[in-house]
Amino acid sequence: MSTNAVEQAAPAAQAEGATPSSTPARTGLLIIGASQSGVQLAVSLRALGFDEHITLLGDEDHRPYQRPALSKEFLQGTVESESLIFRSNEYWAEHNVDLVKGEFIVRIDKNTDGSGTAHSSSGKQFPFKRLALTVGARARKLEIEGGDLDGVLYLRNADDALALKARVGDASDVVVIGGGFIGLEAASSLQKMGKNVTVLEFGPRLVGRAVGEETAQYFLQAHRSRGLDIRLSVSARRFIANDAPGERRPAVAGVELEDGTVLPAQIVLIGIGVIPNTQLAEQLGLTVDNGIVVDRFALASDGTTVAIGDCANMPNPVPGSAPGERIRLESVNNAIEHAKVAAYSLTGRREEYAGIPWFWSNQADLKLQIAGLCNGYDRTVLRRDEERGKFSVLYYRHGQVIAADCVNAPLDFMAVKNALAKGQNIPAEAAADAATPLKTITTDS
Amino acid sequence: MPTVHFTDAEGAVRDVQGNTGDSVMETAVRNGVPGIVAECGGSLSCATCHVFVREDCLAQLPPMEDMEDEMLYGTAVDREDNSRLSCQLRLTDELELFVTTPETQV
Repeated sequence: MSTNAVEQAAPAAQAEGATPSSTPARTGLLIIGASQSGVQLAVSLRALGFDEHITLLGDEDHRPYQRPALSKEFLQGTVESESLIFRSNEYWAEHNVDLVKGEFIVRIDKNTDGSGTAHSSSGKQFPFKRLALTVGARARKLEIEGGDLDGVLYLRNADDALALKARVGDASDVVVIGGGFIGLEAASSLQKMGKNVTVLEFGPRLVGRAVGEETAQYFLQAHRSRGLDIRLSVSARRFIANDAPGERRPAVAGVELEDGTVLPAQIVLIGIGVIPNTQLAEQLGLTVDNGIVVDRFALASDGTTVAIGDCANMPNPVPGSAPGERIRLESVNNAIEHAKVAAYSLTGRREEYAGIPWFWSNQADLKLQIAGLCNGYDRTVLRRDEERGKFSVLYYRHGQVIAADCVNAPLDFMAVKNALAKGQNIPAEAAADAATPLKTITTDS
Repeated sequence: MPTVHFTDAEGAVRDVQGNTGDSVMETAVRNGVPGIVAECGGSLSCATCHVFVREDCLAQLPPMEDMEDEMLYGTAVDREDNSRLSCQLRLTDELELFVTTPETQV
C-alpha cells in the first residue's frame, strides 16, 4: 500500500506524462530480489530507523521464504511450507514495506542521483529513489543431450522443490549430478525417503573447494557407509528418454555415462553450482566480474546502487585477508551480514562487515559447520572422535588458525568461530588432542 | 491459542500469539521480535535464537537433546541453567511461555 506522502514525492514519474491514475508511486527504496538478503535489508533498515517507503520485489509467486530447508526438511515433508515464510503479512504492513510478488524486472532506467524506474516483463513500472540489487544466483545448467527431458530437475527455489516433491512418489531411482552441498543434501534426503540414489561427481572429490581434502574424504566414507552410491571423476554423456508412447513431453529414463554405463533414473537432479544474476547490473553499466562488484560498504560502481548477497563480489571481509582480495560468498550468513552493511550504507553510516563467514550443511545425520574461509592454509590439524562420530579439521596459515570444518562437533565450531571473531588463536599442537576442549586452549593472538 | 511473552534485555515485554506446532523461534521471527536472530532457520546450527526461560515454565518444555546442549555453549551471551534454543521449543495448545531474550545473539 502506498502512502499519500510517497505519492506526493513522485514528481519525476508525473513529469513523464503518465496520467495520475496509472502513475505508480515512487518508493524510497526498491529492493529487487525478495530472498534472504533482500528481506534482511528491509528488516535491518527498519531497525536502523530508515523511514522511507520500501518496496521488496521478487519474481516468484511466493511470499519470501527460507531456502536451506528446500533440500532437506521441506523435501522430506518434515516442515510445512508456512514455517519457511520469513515474516507475517502483518509485519510487512506494520513496517511500511510493500511486498511485490511475481514481477520480473527486465530493464532499469537510472539517473545519476540514484533514482530511476524499473520495468517488469508484465509492463509494470516501479519508480524509486534508491535501488538495491539482491538478485541472487541461478542454477548452472548442464547442457547435454536430453537436458530438456521431463524429470531432469534443478533445486534452487520453492517451485523447483515442489516439482521435485511431486515426482518423488513415482520414482524408484534417482541420479544426482554434482557432489556439492545441494547435491549431497538432496541425495541424503531422497535416500532417506527410500529412493535408490546415485551421486555423480565430475571432480576427483566431493564438495569442491568449499572444504579441505580431509573433510571431503570424511564425507565420502560417511555417505558410502550409509549406502549412498557415490561415483567420483565421472560425467554424464546424455540423458535417455523413455519410449512410452503418447506422452506430451518425453520423460527421462536413465543417464548414460562417458564410459557407456547406463544408470536407470526417473528423476535426475542437477546441482553443479550457480551463476550470479548480473544481467540487470550489466544493463545499468555497473562493473561486473563474477558478480556485481561492490566496495566495503556494499555500493556498486555507480556509487549509489547497493548489491548484496550471492550476486555481489565484495572485498574479502575476513580480518587479515590480503589487500585487494575479492570474494563472492554464497551463504545465508553472508546474505544477512552483507545486508546489514548495506543498511548502514543506505542510512549514511559507514560500517564494515562484522563477523566471520560461516556455513552449514546437514546431510543425513551429519551436521557440517564451517567457520571462516580455508583458502591459503599451510597446515591442517585433525580432531577425530570415532566413538562419538565427531570430526573436525582446523586450518592454519603461518601458525594462526583461519578456519575449521566441523562435523557433529558444535563445540569445536563455536570455539573456532569465536576465536576468529576475537582475533585469537588456537595453537595447533594442543588442538590435535580431540579430548581437549578448544575453548580451554584458545590464546590471545 | 498458545502465547509467548518475550521480555527483552531492557525489560520491554512483547506478547505474541502463536500457532500450535510452530517453534518459539518461528513465532518470534515471523512477528519480528528483535531479540531473536535465528540465522539457520531452526536447523540447530547457529545458536542465535537463545532464550532464558522463566523457571516455572521449564517443566512444560521438551527435554534438551545433546546437540542443543552443545550449541548452547556457543551463544553470544553465556548460557544459564534456564537457557534454551527457541528453535527447539514447540508450541502446544494451551502453552503460556515466558522467556527473556539476551542482550545480543551474535
